[in-house]
Amino acid sequence: MGEDAAAGAGVRETVDAVYRADSRRVLATLIRLLGDFDLAEEALHDAFTAAVEHWPRDGVPANPRAWLVSTGRFKAIDGLRRRARFDASLVELARRLDAESDDSAAPDEESVEDDRLRLIFTCCHPALPPDAQIALTLREVCGLTTEEIARAFLTGASTLAQRIVRAKAKIRDARIPYQVPSRADLPDRLDAVLHVVYLVFNEGYSASSGASLTRHDLSGEAIRLGRLLRELLPEPEVMGLLALMLLHESRRAARTSPAGELVLLGDQDRSLWSRDLITEGSALVQQALSSRRFGPYTLQAAIAAVHAEAASAAATDWTQIVGLYDVLLRAEPSPVVQLNRAAAVAMRDGPLAGLTLIDAILARGDLADYHLAHSARADLCRRLGRTAEARVAYERALQLTQQEPERRFLERRLSELPD
Amino acid sequence: MKYLCLIYDEEKKLGAMSKSESDAFMGEYYAFSEGIQKSGHYVAGEALQPIHTATTVRVRNGKMSATDGPFAETKEQLGGFYLINARDLNDAIQVASKIPSARLGSVEVRPIMVFDKP
Repeated sequence: MGEDAAAGAGVRETVDAVYRADSRRVLATLIRLLGDFDLAEEALHDAFTAAVEHWPRDGVPANPRAWLVSTGRFKAIDGLRRRARFDASLVELARRLDAESDDSAAPDEESVEDDRLRLIFTCCHPALPPDAQIALTLREVCGLTTEEIARAFLTGASTLAQRIVRAKAKIRDARIPYQVPSRADLPDRLDAVLHVVYLVFNEGYSASSGASLTRHDLSGEAIRLGRLLRELLPEPEVMGLLALMLLHESRRAARTSPAGELVLLGDQDRSLWSRDLITEGSALVQQALSSRRFGPYTLQAAIAAVHAEAASAAATDWTQIVGLYDVLLRAEPSPVVQLNRAAAVAMRDGPLAGLTLIDAILARGDLADYHLAHSARADLCRRLGRTAEARVAYERALQLTQQEPERRFLERRLSELPD
Repeated sequence: MKYLCLIYDEEKKLGAMSKSESDAFMGEYYAFSEGIQKSGHYVAGEALQPIHTATTVRVRNGKMSATDGPFAETKEQLGGFYLINARDLNDAIQVASKIPSARLGSVEVRPIMVFDKP
């Protein structure tokens, strides 16, 4: 009995691990097989419920993913048959789903990845509103909860849930197909996908709230999606985005202290940076730049590569970084890019030059509620010895940040200010 | 699946066309209609007379009123439609993008609602 319970707990852990690793792949395939998001989600849930029931008794199947797909599919068809007693229109659907070749229910690795791409391109279909594309991808492809997405968007969970429900309804009612776009349409459809992948990465790299600064699985997921997209479509911006993610990822171990405290780029122990990721990322940047058809992702990656190649913050080629920001601003004139450029100018020309630029951005009101704008201002004021101003700016940043490690970092900086 | 492609044009722009421009535009429409008949997409299609011929009808509290013109002043006006058969929305978007007015005005693609038989 005790042994059974222990074995049961072990299997339970296996089910949990399979869920974390494979539930989105299983879902992506079930959507293709069942032709409906809601039906597939229900089938996914039923398949894992069945796994919890059967695996302790029958053992974990050799290919858990294929088992889950075929079990989910079977459960969905079975459920439709039962419901068909009350709704005759489901009879035909159940029959059609059952008649389709069982081969497709046990997909090979390649078609599983195709299903994930189908899911990504469907979630990022231009007929869906942009905010819904992002919400749907984070929910369906990455398995984030509605609450996590809501926090990332600084919006309410019920608003977010509505957005997802409406998007699924449009996919179903307007019949948005579950397919990777034709080669002719692919470049146009790619921008939305890249944007979403980058947001997923950021959610993992700098979780929007909570106690932990990063959520490694999400960044890994975004990088995996980036690699997959690069295989399918080796466009410069795909390489640029993948490079950007890899170069950020290379600093992960140095970004937080052993105590979980935030460490700024300039203070990081560069020996902790992953050389492998830097080498891979820098090579991709070179490849993307040499295409002469690069865009904002490649430029941001190029900036990250300049940092990666510098032995220390002081040894960084700030002139080149400011120059890259200038080009980036032409491609993507956004206040956040202006803020980052101002920080680079502060490193090149001194804190006063940077502060002047940041104050101009804040005066326009664009970033008035953006905590990083205030913490950047605070840092420059501190370096200029303008303690009172630094204190006000740190306090404003503290009010605005939702991240626990960042809050601790700001509090530490505040306490270190001279009286 | 059936989709209705609602064609919105700026009547002012169409009215400002020279005879030869207008003929060429109509020629494109004939070629397009022929093309989607051959490809099997075509179900029906009509052009509408200009907006000044429109009458808006309402019944409120049992009382009918008929008034001149459309109800809102917009830059683009509904000028015609195609009812098409398409595999899915991507297929419908492909067809809609070839409607000559897509270049001048816009085309709204709406799936046709299917009601279950009672």
